[in-house]
Parts: sequence; C-alpha cells; structure tokens
Amino acid sequence: MIRPTLQALLSHWWRNPLQLFTLLAGLALATALWSGVQAVNAEARASYAAAATTLGEGQYDRLIEKDGQPIDVATYINLRRAGWLVSPVISGRLNGVRIIGIEPLTAPGGIGAIEMADGADVERFLAGQGQMFGSADVARILPEFDVILSQNAAPNTAVTDIGIAQQILGRVGQIDSLVIAPSQPVGQSDLGEIAPHLVLQAAQSTSDVAQLTDSFHLNLTAFGMLSFAVGIFIVNGAIGLAFEQRRPVVRTLRALGVSLRTLVWLMAAELMLFALIAGMIGVALGYGIAALLLPDVAATLRGLYGADVSGTLQLRPVWWLSGLAIAMGGTAIAAFGALWKLSRMPLLAGGQQRALAMAAGRRAQGLAVAAGVLLGVYVLLCFTATGLIAGFALLACLLIGAALALPWVLDVVLRFASSRSMSVTAQWFWADTRQQLPGLSLALMALLLAMAANIGVSTMVSSFRTTFTGFLEQRLTSELYIDTRDAAQAESFVRYAEPRVDAILPIMFTQISIANQPVDIYGTRDHTTYRENWMMLAQAEKHWDTTFAGETIIVNEQLARRAGLAIGDVVTVQGRQMPIAGIYGDYGNPIGQAIIAEPLFQTLYPNVVTDRFGLRIAPERAQDFVADLVRDTDLTSAQIINQAGIKALSLEVFERTFTVTSALNVLTLAVAGFAILMSLLTLAGMRLPQLAPAWAMGMTRRRLGKLELTRAVILAALTTLLALPLGLALAYALLSVVNVAAFGWKLPMYLFPSDYLRLGVFALLAAGAAALWPALRLARTPPAELLKVFSNER
Amino acid sequence: MNVKALLICLLPSGLCAQGFAGLGTEVDGFAVPQPAPEFSFPEDHGAHEDYRIEWWYLTANLQAADGTDYGLQWTLFRSALSPEDGTGWQTPQLWMGHAAVTTPTNHYVSERLGRGGVGQAGVTVDPFVAWIDDWQLAGDWDHMAMTASGPEFRYDMKLQAQGPLVFHGDDGYSVKSAEGQASYYYSQPFFDIAGELQLPEGTIAVSGQAWLDREWSSQPLSGNQTGWDWFSLTFDSGEKLMGFRLNQTDGNYYTSATWITPDGDATSLTDGAFQAEPLATNAQGVPVHWQVLLPAYDVDVVVEAQNDNAWMTTSVPYWEGPVTVSGSHSGRGYLEMTGYD
Repeated sequence: MIRPTLQALLSHWWRNPLQLFTLLAGLALATALWSGVQAVNAEARASYAAAATTLGEGQYDRLIEKDGQPIDVATYINLRRAGWLVSPVISGRLNGVRIIGIEPLTAPGGIGAIEMADGADVERFLAGQGQMFGSADVARILPEFDVILSQNAAPNTAVTDIGIAQQILGRVGQIDSLVIAPSQPVGQSDLGEIAPHLVLQAAQSTSDVAQLTDSFHLNLTAFGMLSFAVGIFIVNGAIGLAFEQRRPVVRTLRALGVSLRTLVWLMAAELMLFALIAGMIGVALGYGIAALLLPDVAATLRGLYGADVSGTLQLRPVWWLSGLAIAMGGTAIAAFGALWKLSRMPLLAGGQQRALAMAAGRRAQGLAVAAGVLLGVYVLLCFTATGLIAGFALLACLLIGAALALPWVLDVVLRFASSRSMSVTAQWFWADTRQQLPGLSLALMALLLAMAANIGVSTMVSSFRTTFTGFLEQRLTSELYIDTRDAAQAESFVRYAEPRVDAILPIMFTQISIANQPVDIYGTRDHTTYRENWMMLAQAEKHWDTTFAGETIIVNEQLARRAGLAIGDVVTVQGRQMPIAGIYGDYGNPIGQAIIAEPLFQTLYPNVVTDRFGLRIAPERAQDFVADLVRDTDLTSAQIINQAGIKALSLEVFERTFTVTSALNVLTLAVAGFAILMSLLTLAGMRLPQLAPAWAMGMTRRRLGKLELTRAVILAALTTLLALPLGLALAYALLSVVNVAAFGWKLPMYLFPSDYLRLGVFALLAAGAAALWPALRLARTPPAELLKVFSNER
Repeated sequence: MNVKALLICLLPSGLCAQGFAGLGTEVDGFAVPQPAPEFSFPEDHGAHEDYRIEWWYLTANLQAADGTDYGLQWTLFRSALSPEDGTGWQTPQLWMGHAAVTTPTNHYVSERLGRGGVGQAGVTVDPFVAWIDDWQLAGDWDHMAMTASGPEFRYDMKLQAQGPLVFHGDDGYSVKSAEGQASYYYSQPFFDIAGELQLPEGTIAVSGQAWLDREWSSQPLSGNQTGWDWFSLTFDSGEKLMGFRLNQTDGNYYTSATWITPDGDATSLTDGAFQAEPLATNAQGVPVHWQVLLPAYDVDVVVEAQNDNAWMTTSVPYWEGPVTVSGSHSGRGYLEMTGYD
C-alpha cells in the first residue's frame, strides 16, 4: 500500500520537474549561503582559538607594566625568586608573521600549544638554535628558520623560545607580559613589594581578538540568516504550491483507503529526503562560497583587528552536520503549514483558486497585524537598543515586520488601482493581479528583503566611505611619516630633520587603561596641524589650549561611548585627574584613544621611547627631502612612508571589508530574482484556468503574455518603492545602533539617490527578465491547451 | 648513592617517554667520571657544567613534638642539553627542583623547572647557594638554611652538620654497573635539622636528621638498567647505611652500599654485599615493604614505608618517602624507587 501511494505522490514531481527544481534549488541556495557564512565564521573562530591558546589568553591572568612598556628580565627573575610562578611571553611580527616567544619550562600547561612532533628537537628549541613551530605558510614566509610544522599552530603564527624571539624581533632582554600560573605556592611575597610597576590583568578582561571580532561575525551571521530566510520563503512557496496541486491526488488516494496518517508521514518523509539531498548540495555550494570569501574575510580581519585567520578552509564535520540540520529544519518550518492543512483537510476537498486567494487575503490581514506589532517593536528599539544583540533584534523586527506587511500593502494598493480603473480589461488585470498576489507574495517578500538589505548596506558602506575618506584627509595631514628603529636613530633623525622641515610632530603613545577600557594614549605637540584639522564631535571651550597646557584630555568617540564619558567628566591617568575637553571622531579604530600634551606625557611616561614622527613639509619639497634623508642618514626608504601611501593602505583595508558585504549583497539579490522566476513559472501552469476565459473572450495570447510581463514589472516596481524607505530605515539602524555597538562610533548618514535609482532599475530588469520566460511561454501556449481548460475543469 | 630522578627530558609530559631508562643513553662531548678523584671544596659543592647531570639532594626524617613522623625532600637537578656553552636564554643548562613533605596520611609534592643563564636557577659556590625560584639551600655546609614551597605546603629549615662528608665507592668514584658506568658521589649524612612545616593541617615545628647527597656524572646507568631502589638508613646506634639496587631488564640487578660509622668512617661494599628483596607492594604495585640484608655487618632488617603513597607526581614520576627500620637494627631512613611508572 505504501509503495503505490508513494509512487502516486512522487509522480507529481515527475510531472512538475520545475517545481522540484525550485524546491531543491531554493533549499540548496538557502543552505549554501547559511553554511558558507557559518564555515567562514567557524574557520575564523578556530583561528582565534588557536591563537588564544598559543598565548594563553583568556585562560591565565598576566602581569604587564603599568605604562605599557616591556618588562625586563630582572623583574621576571625577582618575581620567580619571590615565589611568583610567572612565565615570560614576547610577541611581535617578522615579515608579517606573528612571532611568539615563550619560555617552555615555566609556561603553564597548554600555552604555546606545541605538540612536539617528529623532528622536534627539545634541545634545539631550548638551546636557542632557531627552531620554531608553525604552519606551512609560516615555513614559506620564513625560509631562513628551522620551522617545524605543527598541526595545532595558529595561522600565521610561529612559536619559538623566548631567547630566539627576542633576538629575531630585535628586542633582547624584553618581555611583553608574564603569564601567571593558575597554581601558586604558599607564602609568596606581595606583588606590590616586588614589582610595584606591574599590574595584574585578569584573564577575562584581556581584550582578546575573539571579543573584538564578535561584531564582525555577528554581521556575517545576520547576512547568512537573511539569505536563509529568503531561501526558506522560496521553499515554503514551492511546498505550498505542490501541496495545493496535489489535493486532487490526496483526495483520490484517501478515497481509495489510504489513511491520512500514512499520507502525512509519507509526504513528510518525501520532503525530508529532498531536504537531505538539497542540504548536501547546499553544503557543497556553501563550501565553495566560503572558500571564495575566506581570503577577503581573512584580509579584513587582519586589517581591522590584527587578527590572524587562516586563508584556507578546512572541512569541519560540525559544520557539515549543522548545514544539513539547518536544511532539514528549514524544510520542516516551510512544510509545517502545508502538512498541518493537509491533516485537517476534509476528505473530499479539492483546490479552488479563488477560495484560496480569499483565504490568503484573510491571512494577509493576520500577517499585517503581526507586521504592525513588529514594526512597533522596531520603533521602540530605535530609542532603547544599546547592545549588538538588541541592534540585530531591531533589524530583524524591521525586516520581518516589513516583509509580513508587504502582501497587505500590495493588496491595498491593487484594490485602489482596481477601483480607479475604467476599462474592463484593466479591471480584469487588477483583479487578476490581486488574485495572483498570494502565490507571488513570498517571492516579492524575498525581493523586498534583498532590495532593502542592498539599499541599507550600500547606504552604510557609502556613508562610511564618504566619512572615512574625509576623515583621513583631516587626520593624515603630515606629508611624511618616519618610523625609526630605536631611540638613537630617532635622536639623530630629529637632529637632521629639524632645520630642514616645517615641523616635526613626534608620535608618542603607550597603551594604558582609562575607565577600565584599553586605551592608546598619545602625547601631542602643540601645533596648528591639530588645532586646524581635528574635528571634534563635542568640545569644551578652548579645548586645545587647556589640553596643550596639560590641564585637560581629549578622547575619541569609542572611548567616550564605551565608558559613558562626556565633556567635563574627569578621568584618571597615572593617578592624575583630568577633565575631558573634547571628543573626536576616530573612524576605523577599534580601540579607545586619548590625547594629552607632549610635556605631560613625558612626565607621566618617562620610559616611552618616541620612534615615530610626522613631518610637515611643503609637498613639493617632500620628494627631495626623502632622497636627502636616505642619502645622509641610516634611515632606509622602508622607514619613510608618505601620506598618500598610508591613505591608500587605510582605504584598502575598508574596501576589503566591504567586498565581503557586497558579495553577499549580490548573492541575496540573485536569490530573490530566482525566487520571482520560480514563483512565476509555477504559477503559470496553475493560472491557465484563469486565463483561458479571457482568451476565449478574444484577448490574444500575445496580449496576455504582455500583460503578464507588465504585471510582474508593476509588482516589482511597487515592491521596490516600498524597499526604499525600508532600506533607509535599515541603514539608519545599521549606522546609529549596530555600528555604535559593534565599533563604538556613530556615522553620519548620507543619501545616494543615484545608487538607489540604479538598484531600482536592476530590480525591475531582474523581475522583467524573470517574468519574460513565463510570459513567452504563455504567448506560445497552443490553443489546444487553453481549450482543454474548459473540457477538463477541476 | 643517589642516582636520583633525572632529566633526560625536563619538559612536561609527552616528551618524557624515555623516563629513567634514558639515563643509560650515551652522549658525546661530556666529561666522564674518572677513578681516584680528588675533590676540592668548596668548588666541588658547585655545579660541574661539563658533566651532563648533577644533583643536590636532601632528605630528612622529622618528628613533631607530639611524636608524629614527617619526611621531607629538597632536590635540585641540573641537566645540560649539550656540552657547549651559551649565555642568557641560550645556555644549555636546565634545572629542576623537587620538593615534598610526607605526613602519615598525606604526601605533598611540588616541582619547578627553569634554566640557567637568566638567574632563575643555579648554584653559586662562595657563598654556597643552590636555588630555583624561591627554593633555596644556602650556607657553609656546616650551617645551612633551606626553604621550599608548593601550592599546599611550605617549609623553612635550619641545618647543622654533626659529622664529616662521606665519600661513596672508591673515594667518591661510585661504580653503577658491571660495565663500569660511574658517577662522582659524596654525602653529608650528619645534618641535624629543625624548622617549620606549613601544611594544610597547620604550622608544625619539627626536628630530626637530614642527609644531603651530591652526585654528578654524564651517564650513570648501563643501557640495560631500568631503575633503582635506593636506601639511606640511620640506625638508632648512630651507624648509617646507604645501599642501592640497580634493576636490569633481564631481572638481575647490581648493588652497592656504604657503611658509615657514627664518627663518619665509611666502608664501601661491592656488588652483592648489599641485598634488598621486596616483601609487599602498595596498591600501585610499588614495593613499600623490604627486607634489607648486609651480612658483613649482621644487618637483617625490615624497611617499611611510613606512608605507602609517597608517589612523586613529577614530570618523571617515582616513589620517595620516609621509612621505619626494624629487625636486627632499628631506625629511620629514606627510600627512593624509580622505574615503577
């Protein structure tokens, strides 16, 4: 009994291969985008985890110098001899590779994560003969070293003995931090007595990369979810359609004695089978997408956060399985409604187009109410949301609310159009469009979401770019930047440059903590460069005067927002109370920053060596000066960076960030276009009974085809019109809520009407192109097919 | 003797597959002990970096005012990765400290690893200081101070020598196998010791006898030797016995012993003179109950662990703990057993 029933059910797909394709393709696409994004995230997280393990970040407390300077070996030994079980760590970069020096004998378990593999020679590692552990890419970049390939090495990271690390980083005798072993002996001395200049950094508060990059990954996840939602819309449409079309079969099968329970189970099993197949295709596609995106994501993360992420993708079983699970889960969600309806269906009920449309109209009203609630929550969240999660909740309310409202809004518009139209044809056209709406609404929702996302994200990106370029213009005012090797070279450079340039602006900074936030504090020379170019978001009177007098401090927006600081608030710097006189925009910087006067900085942090300088010089003289500098001093051209170079570099980082976003944007839009095509194609077959009477009354097939095309374009146009405000609301949420939560700065919003227009045209073209094929098919339907409608009415 | 724990490999787990058996491997370039040594003090109390391994090894039998027995261990091992020189982090000299306190019911262990060259661990001769981290053994060998700490314990001790140094084997040249492997080996077994133990049970004032071993070599074991059972016994009569049994893969063993009179005269006894047979094992299978025979001196005693569970949970694990002696002679002492992990 089961076999013939299954045969009868499956025969539907044989007769409607396109529907089967829609179902599988929709599901596969949804899974692909979702799992692709997940794969990228998983890869990045695995990289962070490996890096964190290497340094014991988040696992062990550590000691650092209060003023951010290196710790000397004597301090380390003093601590050990006072019973403090600490282990020294140094890190730095060599040819872009992160070099981590550890002391393997004292390092607490797990740190370094070195598996002494074959070929590892403890003696060589310890005796300072240059052995290091790293991945294959490290071995490639550092061919001059004895790199032992290590499976669990963090990407782009080499672990070696601290003695070697100090040498190759040119930092002999220096230690960055001391990792504190979790178990300490009885009777150790008080830290304040042995090393009063050190501070303890608790493991949790270490601003580790994973935390820093959370927002970025949440962004990606949100995109993945959006794509998945769009895909599930398609699947839901396809399944719903298939169930409607199979009502007669179901009716017949039940009349023949197949139990309802058997039928429901069989159909569920059938769908799960499809989900499994589509899921596998989707996971494979997702792998492809991830492999394509990963290099850009890795570059972005490195540029933005200094996080090393492997550029090559590994197949992780968790990710495979979660991809399949999400495909099955998605199908279950999409099919639930249909199966539920089937289980409640009266024995002899068949499908009735008009009845269905009317039911859909009632459902649309229900949806509109839900939409109203969601949009209300959105407005509420706009004023209250603070965190990143709330920010995304806000986005979700906005997008889902708008999508749910769409059928109702379109219905209202179409009803209005219908009531205004005079001619019979027009009235029929509008009425027919309204009738088609339920079948198309899911595809249109997908289009709406894709369009809105596109508008929102492109507004954000463009606003960002506009702001950031302007900001760079203001900020990078020095014509040349010099990076000297050490204090001695810095001194001789200053002596050389002083009489030859307009001004030397030393760049002195150190990392400290203000209001429990990690902050780079800069000592700044009193110069018009700062007074004229630095734009304040908020300022006290004479903020530069008081700051250069050493009385006040100026902080960046990130710090102000994170620590809840405003003008006039007092912060403590090295025990000194300083009121805030200004808050400046500092776009693109992930961490807090503060500015104090140069003399004050030198008093507070006498050990900080200034080895970087900005130079003011007439631009036309810059070239010659560089040539003289390289000729007359031991500075190399690699140590001299011109302003244009830095700008290009900074901009490139951000371009790459958004390459990922725009790639996902295009994919989402493509999925939406596909959804329209598939909806129209499936509808086309069903609609013959509606069209046949119109044809019988004298409307040519060609005319019918044209009307079909027009209809698709009108619906797309209406959706596009609605997408514009939605997209702008999205952009607003991204800029003012999500961005603030993710990065700590708020961006001004700019509008780019020509971009929106172009996008609208694209959407119409996509809808037109999607409608073209079904319209052509209609125009070429043999009259015999249309006639059959009358002889074979359901 | 004190062919004590050693460090072929100082690094924690995974690297130490060789364990004690690794002591029998040949390493070129290091100095090798030669017969008829002439020691020169205080220099020879210091490190001999041209030899591969060396230790300063102290054990003590202690008693509290209430009569409770305690055992104490303080050990500093040196292991050279290569005979070459190096400075700072590049030095090939690695150091390992083991400290333990054994109570009748508990055994507290701590281990420290470090390397020479940066000051974390080492030995200076004048004044004599042997240290790793906050652990230290310092003094002029007549009067010494000693301290060590772990997550659960800490001790601070004062030591006072009541007799001369004792040289094992042939004037300090101690042969370890029939093939002739040997080490330099002398002891100060006459320390009176007193001080405080800080334990989870509380702070306890203790006093007793301590035995300090000095040994260095480059390859003290033969290739077929897997571990050893080492006894240092102090009898109530004031006589002392150091004896060890080196176990071989073929089930046979090599023994050696030194008989020490109360005023410090030492007699070395060759292979076979000293006999030790296990009578019972603990739950782990480590023999903690022995019959010890030295017929030449009419010694027939039973040696019993004061706490069966004195297992050293260090990078290279072994058993080390205080023992009680009964039979023809009574007394107390220390027992070390390796090669049972």
